[in-house]
Amino acid sequence: MDNSEGYAIELRGIVKRFPGVVANDGIDLKVHRGEIHCLLGENGAGKTTLMRILYGLYRPDEGEIILNGQSVQMTSPRAALNNHIGMVHQHFRLVPTLSVEENIVLGLDEGTGPFMNFHKTRQKISAIAGEYGLSIDPQAKIWQLSVGQQQRVEILKALYREVDILIMDEPTSVLTPQEVSQLFTTLRTLVDDGLTIIFITHKLDEVIQVSNRVTVLRKGKAVSTLSTAETDKPGLARLMVGREVVFQLEKSPLKRREKLLEVNGLYALSDRKLPALRGVSFDLFGGEILGVAGVSGNGQYELAEVLTGLRKSTKGRILLGKKEVTNCSARKMYDLKVAHIPAERIRMGIVPALSIRENLILKKYRHHPFSHREFLDNKEIEENAHRAMSDYQIAAPSCETPAKLLSGGNIQKVVLARELSENPNLIVAVHPTYGLDIGATEQVRQVLLIQRERGAATLLISEDLEEIMTMSDRILVIFKGEVMGILDAESADIEEIGLMMAGTRHKGEQL
Amino acid sequence: MKSRLGFKVEKRAIVSGSLVFFVSLFAIFAALVVAGIFFRIYGVSPIHAYQLILKGALGNKFGLAETVRRAIPLLLCGVGLTIAFRALFWNIGAEGQLLMGAVAAAGVALFSGLPGPLLLPAMFIGGFLGGAAWGLIPAILKVMLGLNDVITTLMMNYIAIYFVEWLIHGPWKGPTARGFAYTDTFPRAAWLPTLYGTRIHWPTLVLGLVLAVVMYILVNRTRSGFEIRVIGENPDAARFAGISRFKTTLLVMLISGGFAGLAGVGEIAGIHLRLLGPTHISMGYGYTAIIVAWLARRNPLAVIVTSLLFGVIMAGGDVIKVSLGLPFQLINVFNGLILFFLIGSEIFLRYKISFFLRR
Repeated sequence: MDNSEGYAIELRGIVKRFPGVVANDGIDLKVHRGEIHCLLGENGAGKTTLMRILYGLYRPDEGEIILNGQSVQMTSPRAALNNHIGMVHQHFRLVPTLSVEENIVLGLDEGTGPFMNFHKTRQKISAIAGEYGLSIDPQAKIWQLSVGQQQRVEILKALYREVDILIMDEPTSVLTPQEVSQLFTTLRTLVDDGLTIIFITHKLDEVIQVSNRVTVLRKGKAVSTLSTAETDKPGLARLMVGREVVFQLEKSPLKRREKLLEVNGLYALSDRKLPALRGVSFDLFGGEILGVAGVSGNGQYELAEVLTGLRKSTKGRILLGKKEVTNCSARKMYDLKVAHIPAERIRMGIVPALSIRENLILKKYRHHPFSHREFLDNKEIEENAHRAMSDYQIAAPSCETPAKLLSGGNIQKVVLARELSENPNLIVAVHPTYGLDIGATEQVRQVLLIQRERGAATLLISEDLEEIMTMSDRILVIFKGEVMGILDAESADIEEIGLMMAGTRHKGEQL
Repeated sequence: MKSRLGFKVEKRAIVSGSLVFFVSLFAIFAALVVAGIFFRIYGVSPIHAYQLILKGALGNKFGLAETVRRAIPLLLCGVGLTIAFRALFWNIGAEGQLLMGAVAAAGVALFSGLPGPLLLPAMFIGGFLGGAAWGLIPAILKVMLGLNDVITTLMMNYIAIYFVEWLIHGPWKGPTARGFAYTDTFPRAAWLPTLYGTRIHWPTLVLGLVLAVVMYILVNRTRSGFEIRVIGENPDAARFAGISRFKTTLLVMLISGGFAGLAGVGEIAGIHLRLLGPTHISMGYGYTAIIVAWLARRNPLAVIVTSLLFGVIMAGGDVIKVSLGLPFQLINVFNGLILFFLIGSEIFLRYKISFFLRR
């Protein structure tokens, strides 16, 4: 029997270089037909690059793609689809203003001539949806759907194109725990039906839960391929990071100090002018981390923006210490020692084209000693950069390096150095470790815990429940702009938080 | 085995200065080649035409002087535009701002009655304010009402053009202009000195050079410059950092409009000595300056070089008109082509495209 017979896909010696890095360094990957195969690795390990090569988005510099025993050229996503390979990207590729069915047939040659035939389309969609339990209204507009539903549309889109191989790029990062288990059920049904699934993730639990086999990538190389049954979490972590990993974070007992933030009946609108916050109230004390759990898009970003002066509230009050700061400007909030670690660090946190040196003074360039009247003091700015780079271990050739050339972890360190160097009273941290590797994640969490120790009040907004659970002293769950309840982190139960994230109000509500 | 030519597109991490230079040079060369087709249609050898243009614009004292005097308004408008473009304000209205600067300066020259030595400085101040006011209107409309800056600045040009027409046909029509649509000639004290035997009104040239340096320092060394750069490179980060878009937009348009206004002062006080038809005052300097600023990659110092280059092209326009009997408007075709290729070539700055043979 030919060796490659049993494989749905075989990648041989894939090399892909980007300026300054080798993203894929001779990777071999063999995926059995009808299995869920996890690609596990830290950010920057080359998982997504490898899958983009398979999906025809990138051309490999070297190496071969073998499908069903035949070498193929994957020149474009269309070529991939012709070979029955589909991909669900981490950031969905849907048109928000179009309906589900319109998105599904987008780019396909359906109907007769210039006319669409939605009748047939609809039948086919509901047939597929029925078969795999992916219920959805084909005429709903994408923007009306929750993130979990949108993901379902992406999967339907691939199935509609009759794919045999489905690549899922970090599919769980935007889902509630319940939605995650629903997704896993769907994936298993698909595999039972003969599909092959490649599942990209950096979460060890998911690997254990869902996969048949797993290939671990590290720094562009395939370190090992294992059968999931024969491995465990610590073993995978060791392969992924290349050293032993401590799972427990050193966290000192809570030393609550004075009340630093009081939010009272806060209302605000989203960018679409729809109600995003509906009467949010909570208190936050010095030395405490309050985690905000919620499915993406339930008001947590608006909350962060209102608290940092980037968005106006329409009703309600914010007290910082004893000072009323409702609807103060972003600059005013910064001057009042409110730090903001924004969700999208590249879009908001830095100016990619400017140097590290300049990014480090993004908010304090107007203050002594960085400027004297109108003129900037380059000497002080440079010294500040050297200090920050050594304090926060920012790895870069020099402080003149443009921020866009840094890795995600180093960019986040630039943001942290800038935001935390002034000893803030209130820290609003949104997804502070999103997309960072284990090493950088550990470091960022350490920094936040040091601030907690120092007496800062921290509002930690994150979609990573594990992060919320390990870091927080109390957990606030938000749903559709309303507080579903605030729980004590010690005694909180992940199932209950999941239910609250889906809109169940906490019974013994305590504020 | 048959081999096929394949190509690969990759994002560039760093864009070096020399790459920018060569890509820009390539864009100009491509424009030359395509413009050559138009010369061909007129039955003139493009090579011959380009030789004539170069010789005419640079080969003798008169040509050189014409090149420089054309470069002066381009320099002033261009420097101002680099600042506006840096802050992502798309000012297409330097033409109108230049005209309003000229109007304000003409008003001062004709009606203020200021004594001799004060007259020219007052004209420059008035011209700056005239241009700045014209630039601030679209700026305010954008930050207050969110109106599109490209449209408003462009439309303001037409208002300025017809306003000048109205002035010279109506209230400001000179009693001594013998029926022509001019104002009266300015008093002597309102004439800018020129270099001997040329039309180079050197005070405006010096002003342009100084302002280019000052703007370079402003952008790179000052708080306002930092704010402009942050807004230009990442408006979201600017909002995040609490930088006021309102204030910065007004500042850049004060500068951009004001500098265009100064260019208008130079043209009427240095060349024409009266307010006259808008197409005579400007010949499209405000529009050409957009290309000047873009070719300079929004660097105020580089505008000194690019404005001279376009000075050559405009002076060359006179040459093809006189020596070849071709319309001056060919120059506009050429300018348009340069901008076209310049913007088209940006892709080579952002991406690296490499070719290879594939089996």
